[in-house]
Amino acid sequence: MTVTSPASTDRVPPQLSAGPRPATGPAADEGLARRLRALACTAPLHDLDARKANLAGEYSVYGMAEIALAAIDLVTLNMDFDTGADHEQIVARLLPRVAAQAPQRPAAEHERVARWVLENLINVGSVDRGFRAVYGTFAPDGTYVRRDYDFKLIEEVPGPGGAVYLRTTDEAVNVLVGALDTDVTSAQIAAEVKLEVLISRGRLADAQLAAEQARYRTVQYSESLRRALEATRRNVRAVDWLNAVPDMIAEALDHVAERYRHENAILTNIRRARDEAEDPEHKRRAAELVDIVKDCIRRHTQLQARLLEAGPLFRAEQDRQAFATPAAACGLDLYGHLLAPVLPLPLERAIRVTDAFFAHGTGLRTPVSVRVGDLVDLLLTPPVEREHLGAEMPEPDLVATPDDSRFSEEQLAAAMELLDLPPDAPRRLSGLLAEARRKNPEDPDLPYLVALLAIHAASPPVGTARRQGEEKLLFAVDDGTELDDPEFGGADLIVGTALLDTAAAAADRTDAA
Amino acid sequence: MTEHADRNEDGAAAQPSGAVTPADAADAARLVAFGLQPKLQPARDQEYADLLRRYREDPPFARLADAVAAGLGLVVLEVSPRAGMAVTAAEDSVFAVRMSDYARRTSADSGDRFLHGLAHLAVAALAFPRPEDLADDGYIGRVTVNGVDAFVRQACRRLEERAAEQGENTDPVSDAPGLEAAWRVWSRRTATGATKDARRLAGSTTGIVAKAVSFLADSGFLQRTGDDNGGTYRTTARYQLQVRDMAGSAAMAELLELGVVPVTDGTPTLLPPQDTDDLELAADAGLPFHS
Repeated sequence: MTVTSPASTDRVPPQLSAGPRPATGPAADEGLARRLRALACTAPLHDLDARKANLAGEYSVYGMAEIALAAIDLVTLNMDFDTGADHEQIVARLLPRVAAQAPQRPAAEHERVARWVLENLINVGSVDRGFRAVYGTFAPDGTYVRRDYDFKLIEEVPGPGGAVYLRTTDEAVNVLVGALDTDVTSAQIAAEVKLEVLISRGRLADAQLAAEQARYRTVQYSESLRRALEATRRNVRAVDWLNAVPDMIAEALDHVAERYRHENAILTNIRRARDEAEDPEHKRRAAELVDIVKDCIRRHTQLQARLLEAGPLFRAEQDRQAFATPAAACGLDLYGHLLAPVLPLPLERAIRVTDAFFAHGTGLRTPVSVRVGDLVDLLLTPPVEREHLGAEMPEPDLVATPDDSRFSEEQLAAAMELLDLPPDAPRRLSGLLAEARRKNPEDPDLPYLVALLAIHAASPPVGTARRQGEEKLLFAVDDGTELDDPEFGGADLIVGTALLDTAAAAADRTDAA
Repeated sequence: MTEHADRNEDGAAAQPSGAVTPADAADAARLVAFGLQPKLQPARDQEYADLLRRYREDPPFARLADAVAAGLGLVVLEVSPRAGMAVTAAEDSVFAVRMSDYARRTSADSGDRFLHGLAHLAVAALAFPRPEDLADDGYIGRVTVNGVDAFVRQACRRLEERAAEQGENTDPVSDAPGLEAAWRVWSRRTATGATKDARRLAGSTTGIVAKAVSFLADSGFLQRTGDDNGGTYRTTARYQLQVRDMAGSAAMAELLELGVVPVTDGTPTLLPPQDTDDLELAADAGLPFHS
């Protein structure tokens, strides 16, 4: 610190011999404080169920804590590396669970409950949009102190384009996973080992649980690394680019590589389990597991991309700053001399500095003076009619593009007519070519177009046609017969029309949606 | 009127005598009036440019203009073609900006008052990240709203991490809000928030920073250049002067009075002083090393 710390608080320590110490020691008390804080993080969830009775309407049927935990799950899993989860999307995904709790209630009420829970997790009513719990500890000198613990479960962060996204905080992830006060790395490794064992013993139900936990850990891990990287990117002058940063990046890359290998191994194992499983329930669970592990791998890849970007960015910043010509010296370093020393001060002292800066740093405002005469004029002036349609658009100057198509519309129509075959009577390409020549003897290009269309039909876009609800589709099959033609060579394709079952396709679409 | 003009010519001819005419006083006041329009650029107004030239070439006129400014309760920071007649409000002048007019909640809530003040300090710190930037007249700083918030949050996070490393319990004592560490006030406030009418949440830290930068833009201190990252701005010569000559030294004096002495070894360097390893510069928002 460049700061000599401000005078310490003026609490007078009691004499050491003044009675027995009420706590066994600061270490034990610290553990207690940590657990109290962990406990406090669950309070907002209990509080939801306690307060639902106060809502206008009969809401006791809903399990609010359950919805809240589901919401935290959803936000955590939808949290991308950069931004966060979308508010509306989270509400939409919560709805099925809310609806399942009270199916006979109207959908509008379900949405209201989902929004209520989400807003309470953000704690929209408070200005900080967070929670505060009070707990007591013993200070090192034996006095009992009540302290405020401020925390958030879901926080709102600015995203690109001014949108607001949701992120779960570390506290929330810890509440959710239930592993309070543990080391991120070791917990992740533990979860993965557990998963491997479970899979090798064929206990897929437990394996899914472990895999989900591993994913929470993965998200949490990338979150801590994201923060570390962000700090690294900003910290051009102060960061130890010689040792600490490269070490950090190398460590992180090693970690990603190791996880990647590990999770790929798991993936192979589960895939095998999925393919070999007989029980459809096992098969489904294994398939879900595959998805989860794939998601983990995707997140690691994303993390790795970030790690690789950090180096070049860092060097660019280094170049720009370290090799710039040194300018004239000025005494004041706004960050080092003002901002950094102010932040650790107690609020009542820090405010004097910021007030001084504000008073002298905002410049001037010319005071407004109003004359009654002006005011009357101003009030009596009719509002200006705004032009409703705006200015007239200029006529666009269009240049006709030359028609350079190989075939004309008429030729295409003639060819399509030829190829409009009844579904029960396919024809050979040779026959179609002969008919094209016979019908339009003066048009040498028509057989060529027919041949092209037939070749195109050899690989018909069945999926697209189905999706678009087409009723029939042109197809061509090679049965090994060779084409005997003066102009064209290759196979004498069998060209036909296939009817598509549009009703079944429509049913499939609804299923997929 | 002719007599007037004659005397003026005489006065100009007999410069050393220093006779001040009402016309001179009008011109001097006019120059100060130009200075009171901070967004007006001398290059865009011929009359303004002429008066500036006269101020620089005609010392008695300069003294007269200074006196007019002082009488109005204004401090002259610089008079130059780039900054124009850069004046700012002296303390207790009618032109001074008061925190209670700036934001309503601040009179009741000291936490809010601190956040607004800190936002202004952080904008300046990010606009001029190195001492050289503040000294270099040609330097143009760039800030974004989200960048400023991220920058302060990063600094807060470092303090939090350091406190955790040292095993300190930074949770403030209940019922003594004044003793809470200042950084906690910023870090526990939400960064942003959804509102019913899709506007920026005024009480969030990005809302507070946005208010600060748009106010500074109205003061002619910043120019808005885009909408990315909550709004991007670049600094003007006036802002540099204001921060360097007024705000920085005033805040510094206050800090010293509190008994906090930022120690430097007297040589401003690129490197931060020993142990300030938490020097955070938000390069993330495209900031701020362009000149």
